[in-house]
Amino acid sequence: MIDNQMTWYMIVLSALLVNNIVLIRFLALCSFFGVSNRIEVSLSMGMAVVFVLALASAASWIIWYFLLVPLNIEYLRTASFILVIATLVQLVEMYIKKTAPALYNALGIYLPLITTNCAVLGIALLIIDYKLGFLNSIIYSISVAGGYTLSIILFAGIRERIEMSPIPDVLKGAPIIFITAGIMSLAFLGFAHLFGL
Amino acid sequence: MNNLKIFTNGLLKENPVLILLIGLCPVLATGSSMNDGFGMGIATTFVLVSSNLLIAMFRSFIPDSIRLPVFIIIISTFVTIVDYVMHAYMVDLYASLGIFIPLIVVNCIILGRAEAFAYKNTVQSSLIDGIGMGVGFTIAITLLGAIRELIGNGTLTFFGRELFNFSTSLNFQPALVFIMPPGAFIVIGFMIAGIRWILKSS
Repeated sequence: MIDNQMTWYMIVLSALLVNNIVLIRFLALCSFFGVSNRIEVSLSMGMAVVFVLALASAASWIIWYFLLVPLNIEYLRTASFILVIATLVQLVEMYIKKTAPALYNALGIYLPLITTNCAVLGIALLIIDYKLGFLNSIIYSISVAGGYTLSIILFAGIRERIEMSPIPDVLKGAPIIFITAGIMSLAFLGFAHLFGL
Repeated sequence: MNNLKIFTNGLLKENPVLILLIGLCPVLATGSSMNDGFGMGIATTFVLVSSNLLIAMFRSFIPDSIRLPVFIIIISTFVTIVDYVMHAYMVDLYASLGIFIPLIVVNCIILGRAEAFAYKNTVQSSLIDGIGMGVGFTIAITLLGAIRELIGNGTLTFFGRELFNFSTSLNFQPALVFIMPPGAFIVIGFMIAGIRWILKSS
């Protein structure tokens, strides 16, 4: 779907809207449903994802092309990527705590959550599958994270309204949230095949 | 806790998908047909049972402070095995499940059971817990796939055999949206509402 022949703005458009990571590709659903209670919280989570996703895909791109491929140990892909991502998140957390306490207070509690966020590993694997170059990988991962932020903020806005609405008893809580996400996904499906993407 | 209780715990009372709402990404993404859903369920069950077994065996040797990295290495080993075996023997299924096979490693159910159950219990009960949770997961994802395939395509295929087909009857118009992404969210929403209604009325 994405390749090196595409211009950077087509990659951004595809990742942000047409193949939205949450609503069309079904990655990162745990945090999407978990922390979308309030708009401010969703915004912080989105920022943390942008930050970690860009770093993690850069790290895994380097590991894949400079370590695993030359040494012919491609079968260690899953194991090495997940360990690198987990270590990276820990290091970032320690670094931010030391140098930027304000940023740490805003992002802090979300950083460990991101380790188990399947979007991070998913995108690291996808940039290898799509055979993207280094710069394109960074652009792609930042715009994927942008798509995540966009959808989680929109969803938080809807959820704040749902809390005040009369809802049938059996649908209260999780069921109505899933159905709402379904309707949002239907709206994003309208972007399908935009500019042939 | 006796073995039967551990087994049925994963099936209904603590069903990972329908009650605890964890491990949803692969359920929604791959449950677009009965066959894919079942394949994903079996792959996850294999990883869950094997990692539970190994972690329970080695639980007295794993130092407490580095247990999570150790769990992740054990889980990713089994995921790599599944990845390569599927690629070699089930090419069609591998192609349609795609990236969600390596992503089993970040499935919260597996790490959750390792941490909450296998690390604290005997080998035998961890094995039964893994099978129970795995079967509960497989039932949920297969059911979701079957409902979506039936409404969205009018067929029900299982390992290449057509169990059911009314897509050729004249009055049937498939609701395509159900095999596309929005259908997954809507169907799982109603499945959760259904199981809550059943549990409440019983």
